[in-house]
Amino acid sequence: MKSAVVVFPGSNRERDAVAALTAISGRAPELVWHRDTTLPKVDLIVIPGGFTYGDYLRTGAIAAHSPIMAEIKRAAASGVHVLGICNGFQILTEAGLLPGVLLRNAQLKFVCRDVGLKVETSNSPFTRAYNAGQILRVPVAHGDGNYFADGDTVKRLEDEDRIAFRYHAVNGEAPERVNPNGSLNAIAGVLDQSRRTLGLMPHPENAIEPLLGSTDGRGLFASLVQTLS
Amino acid sequence: MKARVHITLKTGVLDPQGKAIAHALGSLGFSGVEEVRQGKYIEIDLADTDQAAAKGRVEAMCQRLLANTIVEDYKVELVG
Repeated sequence: MKSAVVVFPGSNRERDAVAALTAISGRAPELVWHRDTTLPKVDLIVIPGGFTYGDYLRTGAIAAHSPIMAEIKRAAASGVHVLGICNGFQILTEAGLLPGVLLRNAQLKFVCRDVGLKVETSNSPFTRAYNAGQILRVPVAHGDGNYFADGDTVKRLEDEDRIAFRYHAVNGEAPERVNPNGSLNAIAGVLDQSRRTLGLMPHPENAIEPLLGSTDGRGLFASLVQTLS
Repeated sequence: MKARVHITLKTGVLDPQGKAIAHALGSLGFSGVEEVRQGKYIEIDLADTDQAAAKGRVEAMCQRLLANTIVEDYKVELVG
């Protein structure tokens, strides 16, 4: 599996994405600068977490119009897989590659901790190494992760099995702590219609080393390796 | 001419920041604050001379970048 990680001004988890991809695919991804107008020939493009352009205007809004995004849209349409993590998810929604929007966390606090995550579908190139219904422990770190979309869009996502992950209790935590940001229907990650583009707020790339408390994020990268190798 | 753009959250979209402001106003003793909705105000200086064309361009700016029309409404006003 060949991959690329896109770097914008203000990206800050690109190294984590590189570490995870290298560890699990056995191949270091290429780094692509947001001003580049060509993409290397890859199977997977990752848009990492961070605070691109200082979250000015809206999270991801400025990055969504960077020169490289036109290429990413073209690549996505031609079959390349795209993964947006955290700010990457926000950028993909602003670019129109995924439906919905990420609003300010309902409780207005930046939330940085492990959350429980339920795998809602194993029918995707990002989740096939998991079992549907499996509960993962993965960290989140965001201030704007409150997923919102209009009723018709959410219904379509539910009907088409395009909700990849939902926040879910893990180890009996209090119900009000389960959904860390107020997301509609506890949605943590969604797929596009082709199922080749995924955006999620939690950080699977930070759940690959036992030393850091969880290796539950490995399955996402392992799924991609299974699909794309 | 100058364009004044007001961007507000659509009715029905939860505005936790507005709620926090309303709460703080109550703490300061301002009674009777029923609801607060927070938005954005953007001023744009334009080289345009034709009002109708300018309005069309600023609305396109709102559609493509300034507002996220899934959750936000915008209002464009031209002055000068």
